[in-house]
Amino acid sequence: MIPTKEEMYRALAERHGEELQKKFAKASVAICGLGGLGSNIAVHLARAGVGSLHLMDFDTVDISNLNRQQYFPAQLGQFKTTALADTLRQIAPYCDIRTDCIKLTEENIPTLLCSEEIVCEAFDRADQKAMLVNCVLEKLHEKYLVAASGMAGLGSANEIKTRMITSRFYLCGDGKSDVNDGLGLVSSRVAICAAHQANTVLRIIAGQFDC
Amino acid sequence: MVTVNGKELDVSGKTVSELLEMENYSPVQVAVELNYEILPKAKYVQTILKDCDIVEIVRFVGGG
Repeated sequence: MIPTKEEMYRALAERHGEELQKKFAKASVAICGLGGLGSNIAVHLARAGVGSLHLMDFDTVDISNLNRQQYFPAQLGQFKTTALADTLRQIAPYCDIRTDCIKLTEENIPTLLCSEEIVCEAFDRADQKAMLVNCVLEKLHEKYLVAASGMAGLGSANEIKTRMITSRFYLCGDGKSDVNDGLGLVSSRVAICAAHQANTVLRIIAGQFDC
Repeated sequence: MVTVNGKELDVSGKTVSELLEMENYSPVQVAVELNYEILPKAKYVQTILKDCDIVEIVRFVGGG
């Protein structure tokens, strides 16, 4: 039997504190890209009780995703937006989830990201990461942006850090481990980077802006 | 001298595009902040660096 909305909220407030939980419940976060980073960020934020999540990706679940992304073999072929929303509804049935099955471009980003105060960059290609970051920093000045660069391979987890680049732009990762250098993407290390991003989002919501 | 990612470089008079090329950055994989403000990509070619400028080049690598 699924708990009521009030029961779920109380359980979270007991663990996180009432003041913090109120802030989490009111927050809305956009997640751009639902791969190893985005799917893990979404799970963390849903578990924390973030009130509203906006999930964006154009891709479908592929067997090559299962080593690190929060999807199941039974979801192969489904759009990631649909598959992840289904999983998140099981984790957090009262989270307000909005999906856009779309490829983000310089043209559609300002419209798609107009509602949420915090944006997570969770793409995999370097040029797409740079495009989104430049676009948000140039055109959407009022947003907080949490991006990632460098989490491939099996290097030390301790190399993955969060850096504050400006007061509204945070960057997680080791800054160098490139998937194009022949390093694979391993669940644990990608998840550490995603957890850095999710933690940064929660700290921004809580009003803790240092690193 | 110009401070680039915390290091002093003798690049006054050069454009941001020239700096990126010198330091082996691909322009499509970076975000550049000049004196704590984002520099639009379209301005890399025309922006000339001057003494005491502070440049932060954020490089993106693949994987996610």
